[in-house]
Amino acid sequence: MKQEFKQSILDALANPNLTGALGNFSVAYRAGRAKAYEGIDFEALRNQIAEIKSSASSHFDELAEQFTRAAEARGTKVFRTSDPQAVKDYILRLAQERGVKTIVKSKSMATEEIHLNKYLEKAGMDVQETDLGEWIIQLAGQTPSHMVMPAIHMTKEEVATVFSDKVEDGQKPDIPKLVKFARGKLRPMFLKAEMGISGANIAVAETGSIAIVTNEGNARLVTTLPKIHVAVVGYEKLIEHFKDMAPILTALPKSATAQLLTSYVSIISGPVPNTDGTLKELHIILMDNRRNEMAHDPRFKQALQCIRCASCLNVCPVFRLVGGHVFGKVYTGGIGTILTAWFGALKESDEIQSLCIQCGNCKDVCPGKIDIPDLILELRRRLAVEQGQPMIQKAIFSVVNNRRLFHTMMRAASIGQIPFAKEGFIRHLPMFLSNMTENRSLPAIADVPFRDRIKKIKQPKCAEKAAFYGGCLIDFAYPGMGEAVVKVLNKAGIEVIFPEGQTCCGAPARYSGAYEVAAQNGADNIKALLAEDVKYVVSACPTCTVALKQDFIANLESVGRTEELPAARRLAEKVVDFSTLASQLLEQGRLKFKAGIEPTKFTYHDSCHFKRTLHADQTPRNLMKQAGHELVEMDECDMCCGMGGSYTIKLPEISAPILERKLQNVEKTGAPLLLIDCPGCVMQIGGGLDKRHSKIKVEHTAQRLADMLE
Amino acid sequence: MSLTIESSATMELFKMRAEAVSAQVQRVANKELALELLVRLLYQEGVEDTADSRAVCAACPMIGQAERTKLENAVPGLKFEVTRELAASAKVGISQFDWALANTGSVVQIADAVDKRLVSTLPPLHIALVSTAALLPDLPALFALLDPSKFSYLSFVTGPSRTADIERVLTIGVHGPGRLILVFVDDLEVAA
Repeated sequence: MKQEFKQSILDALANPNLTGALGNFSVAYRAGRAKAYEGIDFEALRNQIAEIKSSASSHFDELAEQFTRAAEARGTKVFRTSDPQAVKDYILRLAQERGVKTIVKSKSMATEEIHLNKYLEKAGMDVQETDLGEWIIQLAGQTPSHMVMPAIHMTKEEVATVFSDKVEDGQKPDIPKLVKFARGKLRPMFLKAEMGISGANIAVAETGSIAIVTNEGNARLVTTLPKIHVAVVGYEKLIEHFKDMAPILTALPKSATAQLLTSYVSIISGPVPNTDGTLKELHIILMDNRRNEMAHDPRFKQALQCIRCASCLNVCPVFRLVGGHVFGKVYTGGIGTILTAWFGALKESDEIQSLCIQCGNCKDVCPGKIDIPDLILELRRRLAVEQGQPMIQKAIFSVVNNRRLFHTMMRAASIGQIPFAKEGFIRHLPMFLSNMTENRSLPAIADVPFRDRIKKIKQPKCAEKAAFYGGCLIDFAYPGMGEAVVKVLNKAGIEVIFPEGQTCCGAPARYSGAYEVAAQNGADNIKALLAEDVKYVVSACPTCTVALKQDFIANLESVGRTEELPAARRLAEKVVDFSTLASQLLEQGRLKFKAGIEPTKFTYHDSCHFKRTLHADQTPRNLMKQAGHELVEMDECDMCCGMGGSYTIKLPEISAPILERKLQNVEKTGAPLLLIDCPGCVMQIGGGLDKRHSKIKVEHTAQRLADMLE
Repeated sequence: MSLTIESSATMELFKMRAEAVSAQVQRVANKELALELLVRLLYQEGVEDTADSRAVCAACPMIGQAERTKLENAVPGLKFEVTRELAASAKVGISQFDWALANTGSVVQIADAVDKRLVSTLPPLHIALVSTAALLPDLPALFALLDPSKFSYLSFVTGPSRTADIERVLTIGVHGPGRLILVFVDDLEVAA
């Protein structure tokens, strides 16, 4: 990671205005969005949008052609190009030919993408942004930090200073007055401008229409007062049918700003009269700039389902800490990382893709149903292919994959014999070993790993068998969790075996973009776990469970090892996470709660994969409630704890404040017990609580359950 | 015209949603009462025939020549010849909208004619007249009846102009009107 990038993160984190504004907004947004979608079937709506947009991106060229014909039939001039420079040239030439001096603009990310303002200004045009946020950052000489709220990083004091310095002395940091000031200063510009430039939120092929969604009313003025209107529209805005605007217009304001509908929506299908009776000159520029190429990429095609609501920014635990400028100059946040890689160059995403902690929040709220975390992993994979895997990483995976060696080295490190604790190596260890213990205590590495401990457990001989997949954390750091799993399953008459050949689940390799390594991990595990005929393959780590159930298949597929897929699928069918299995066994009457369990209050932390990939989040809650315990939900119970595998080590500056917020939310509940279904989260949150000498007990659901059964 | 139970629930929903975004909603039984209400509102706003105190009204089906004369006599500052200069300096803009959408509290207008957009964007107060019978449940209901070949500029208005671009603090009235009054008229034909 380059120092410059690290520094931009540190600067952002050290800016209390930024983190305060974004932190408050993320809380308000979450509640507001939920309210805006009340009574609406979000899944059905986003399926509809995904279908409309996906079908459009399969036919971009046809739709662009259809759009052109329909729009031209109404008198609109349409210019189609794949070249951003051609867009700029077209607009400048038009402006010069028509003697334009002043241009008013309403918000357009497409023009930000091609840096249009700078180009026109250089040629002597007076270009005025009119969206308040855009105007502020234009005056301040900055770039937007958020796709919907470009100036969210600035305080009213900063805005007042910018207005005073650049427009008129003496502006006070009073928001209504600042807004009024902007209205007063921009109004003459609207009236004077000879050309208006807008973007568009939707472009309809069958009618040649564009829709513009705004709140301030500036787009209505931009498209009404000047005699020339130029709309710059990315190909991804194309849809086929007029009526298909309805679902997009339903979702966009709710996802963007938690509004049922924005103050204004304008649908423009052709030139309309000007105030002097002439007909408006309407130009629509359909800009490709690699969107067609993206549409032909089997993985990234779905990114074109984006409706630019920026909800992926609003729910991101990392974005709310660092804001948009760390991501670059145009598109920010999760989807911005992907768009930057495409509209710029893949290598431009090299650093910003590492900001993604893979919590999956964005995937859950995306109205275009884009699997953003998965696409970021795909970027990571392609970057790894393009740039090659670093030597240090190769060395590490060879250690991680050798379980005995891995345990020995970690044990040595944890008891202070750190023969390999050289800066580089330790920092790249994929899991939990690091000397950075500022914010959390690290667990001791067990002297005897679980793989050896299980041999000493006296288990009943049962006909029904389960294979336990330990994963590194339970195997080496929390063998007690493994013992609890065995205890519970034994009570239900299931004997637990621990196949020795099991190795790393491949998540560290996969999340580093090293898919060959991850695929080999999968193949080794498949062989080990299918060697004996067992009914279940049980895991108590959600990341591992997801690897066993889904990623092995995806990894093998991605490197073309298709002949191994049937076995991977056979394994996937047997895989179950501990809480789900325990819940089934209770339902079947094979497990029973003890009489006289003392009820206690508890709170529950949703681990990212457990909730958003396995969708098992209610299961452990219900188990505990059935046993008579009282659940006290914490704020943001499903927000990431900041662990994210090796994220704590790669970006400890970001991980630490995410953890801090989680700890506060846990403590606020007043519950004496915190339950979690993931050993990684137990390590992160438990370590954090331990560091501040909290009395709250942190346990894996398996550990608590083991003591509550007959 | 009396409303069915179902449509009065739709009207209640509209009112709730429109008021939630700071619009004012009024309803009158017929055109006569609507005109009386207009006159009252314009008096209240201090509309008179002096610079910066006028009101502008876009051509609309419910105000024919007879109604226009009546209004001009009652309110000398009310102008029907809408120019950009007049609209830019007016206190109040008036226009008729074609539909209303209950579940978002929006009104919708075919706004090809530029005067319709001038009166609803430039003055600080916008009064929108709409037929009660043109109240629809939602966006999909509107899209089901729209014929896109019939217009080139369709405007949706949901509450007054707003921004939250500085510190996410909601501020009403940026570039468009800071106030929006919606007047439902029961005995009007559905326009368009």
